[in-house]
Amino acid sequence: MAAIKVHGSVFSTPTIRVFATLYEKDIEFEFVPIDMGAGEHKKEPFISLNPFGQIPAFEDGDLKLFESRAITQYLAHEYADKGTPLVIRDSKKMAIISLWSEVEGQKFDPVASKLAFELAIKPLFKMTTDAAVVEENEAKLAAVLDVYETRLAQSKYLAGESFTLADLHHLPTIHYLMGTQSKKLFESRPHVSAWVADITARPAWNKVIALRNKY
Amino acid sequence: MAIPVKVYGPPLSTAVSRVLACLHEKGVDYQLISVNMAKGEHKKPDYLKIQPFGQVPAFEDEDISLFESRAICRYICNKYVDKGNKGLYGMNPLAKASIDQWLEAEGQSFSPPSSTLVFQLAFAPRMKLKQDEGAIKQNEEKLAKVLDVYEKRLGESRFLAGDEFSLADLSHLPNTQYLVNATDRGELITSRENVGRWWSEISSRESWQKVVEMQKPT
Repeated sequence: MAAIKVHGSVFSTPTIRVFATLYEKDIEFEFVPIDMGAGEHKKEPFISLNPFGQIPAFEDGDLKLFESRAITQYLAHEYADKGTPLVIRDSKKMAIISLWSEVEGQKFDPVASKLAFELAIKPLFKMTTDAAVVEENEAKLAAVLDVYETRLAQSKYLAGESFTLADLHHLPTIHYLMGTQSKKLFESRPHVSAWVADITARPAWNKVIALRNKY
Repeated sequence: MAIPVKVYGPPLSTAVSRVLACLHEKGVDYQLISVNMAKGEHKKPDYLKIQPFGQVPAFEDEDISLFESRAICRYICNKYVDKGNKGLYGMNPLAKASIDQWLEAEGQSFSPPSSTLVFQLAFAPRMKLKQDEGAIKQNEEKLAKVLDVYEKRLGESRFLAGDEFSLADLSHLPNTQYLVNATDRGELITSRENVGRWWSEISSRESWQKVVEMQKPT
């Protein structure tokens, strides 16, 4: 039985963020599906793992964690010598990774997630997409991606010449958006487009897709 | 001798004050460089070179240039690990993981509703902007749910990530300061026993009192 467990759903972007990290690091884990329809995430025993009642929750032996970006950081540092290096020890290089991870968490994801919800999730549940919300958030995402376009003209990946946690964190939401009308925002920016093509072609990411397709 | 660490932006900015509090905790000297936001200095090409989103703070240390206050704080803690409060970002991987967890909770769950409330209730009136009553109500409800989780957590441990003050607690100081002292919704914090106790303790730290002093009009 694996020491590492991930409690969540294959459709949840934060859960997928953790899977992507585990596959990049070549770490074995047990996936414990949480039945959100039945409200399992709002009850014990899950609530003890994440008091906010959100997925994912994570265990590594006795260590219990929530917040996907805290889990990925823990994995990247604790298993630094295994699989793909996703963080760098040098404090200045690490700061740049941290910076673009914050940009993803504070600027990219809040907007991109709203779009993914309207354009990819709502249709699955036969809910009506709110066109005004889509318009507003596509404009916001365009402004963010303009900054990314300039950045990715300077280096191959967000934090420098290597793929790091900062790039990885974007994969789940980008994956949803590339299946919607919002993909045009990525495709119309050449450096952003090349970066998306590169990171979504990674073997570890394709293992995540394969896991998802099983459910 | 020139001080290599530079922080750009006004102390009144919550994100700037987060970085200042961290520098004070770590005992790291810095130069505070003003950015005239009223004149749009933060949107001009020279500033956009160091902060492409046109926001404050921006930060420099020797040859490195950074933005995003929580990334700046993590950098300060890593680079100056042996200075000032050595345990601020944890002394071992498990402590660090717990701090990262609550730092992410701050950034993802506490900050969005509290930032909206602070803007609507403390800043909008000063800027003569109309308040959005719907947004106030919605975010008050969101924040109350988050603070209910904090109330339970702070009944189990003295600070969010454990029994020592950490970067996770520090990150909450800026928004909570305004909420308690510049709006009429302070009781969201003070009416919850454990949250109130925690707020009293973290806000009375010298590192934060220095920031509060800097925020006063001169």
